[in-house]
Amino acid sequence: MRRPPERALRPLLIWMAVVLLILLPLALAAFSPLLQWRQPVYIAAGFAGIIAMSLLLLQPLLAGGLLPGLDGPRGRRLHRWTGACLVTALFLHVAGLFVTSPPDVIDALLFRSPTPFSAWGVIAMAAVLATTLLAVLRRRLRVSPRTWRRAHVVLALVIVIGSAVHALLIEGTMEWVTKVGLCLAVVGATAKVAVGLRLWRRQV
Amino acid sequence: MTRCFISRRALLAAGAVGLVVSRAGMSVPAEAKGLAPTRSMRGGSNNYRPGAPVVDRIGGGGFWMSGTVRRAGDGAPLAGQRIQIWAHTTEGHERDQRSHGATLTDANGVFRLEMPQIVPAFGQPHGHLAYDSGDFETVFLRPVMNSSSDTSLEAHFVLQPA
Repeated sequence: MRRPPERALRPLLIWMAVVLLILLPLALAAFSPLLQWRQPVYIAAGFAGIIAMSLLLLQPLLAGGLLPGLDGPRGRRLHRWTGACLVTALFLHVAGLFVTSPPDVIDALLFRSPTPFSAWGVIAMAAVLATTLLAVLRRRLRVSPRTWRRAHVVLALVIVIGSAVHALLIEGTMEWVTKVGLCLAVVGATAKVAVGLRLWRRQV
Repeated sequence: MTRCFISRRALLAAGAVGLVVSRAGMSVPAEAKGLAPTRSMRGGSNNYRPGAPVVDRIGGGGFWMSGTVRRAGDGAPLAGQRIQIWAHTTEGHERDQRSHGATLTDANGVFRLEMPQIVPAFGQPHGHLAYDSGDFETVFLRPVMNSSSDTSLEAHFVLQPA
């Protein structure tokens, strides 16, 4: 089956956009001058956070079947694996920061930190953990697929908004333009897929 | 064309507010209560290492931390008070011993200590200062730089006798 040229170009453009949105922030952060004054553990913790943000872009695209070649069951299976990677990256992010400066992380977790971004990050983290439970206990929860999806979408919106504000308020290794680009893409993709599910439409 | 920065509306509004405040007894005369003591800032004591030695400067220098120390109530400058300073700099992490140092206030209650350039850590370019010598109540400050390219930072203490 042959496609017209403009149809064939579309998947390529989507993949290029996704790859650039993920690789450019990582590449520019790797050249941040701040890195020279940080220990390896602190650097790793920071990059775990950036990788977690990149995975947040893949999640709605996989769930919504928007990535060419990865739609349908394949995309949804990958969505679960990416979710597991996200939890791992988040754990490394927080653990690395804790090793670097325990009191700052304890302050953040107890919501008594002087930096507002940490509260946004902790809220997003709580939503990630809640989503993990929701996914692991899916069968045992015995809720309708629609209710389960609604809960997942609400948590996903908390995660992406919390993470985007968290990242934008931080003065760190990420370069500003690529950081804004990635955050907008994450929130935009999640909103698009969430709206597309039509979970709050009245059932006939 | 010259521009008047205080519009008639702003002047009238300010006058009205002043009238309300004075009539309602909401103003606090300076002599009645005096200078309030500085409260410790959130996260101010993070990575504190008590007993940092008094030094001429921390590391190679190039960045200035300065401020004043006054007594609560009358605001009298306090001379010879030990202020401990630490931060994440180009030469070390907050937790590193070499990032910590202390200095004493002069006769005017002013302190000034040269240290390495502070760089952003944990999301903000910030420093830490402590008064923790016993004569007055302990205060921990955590000032944030307006820009990470700044080469100085100020913090001021008003201390309450212990």
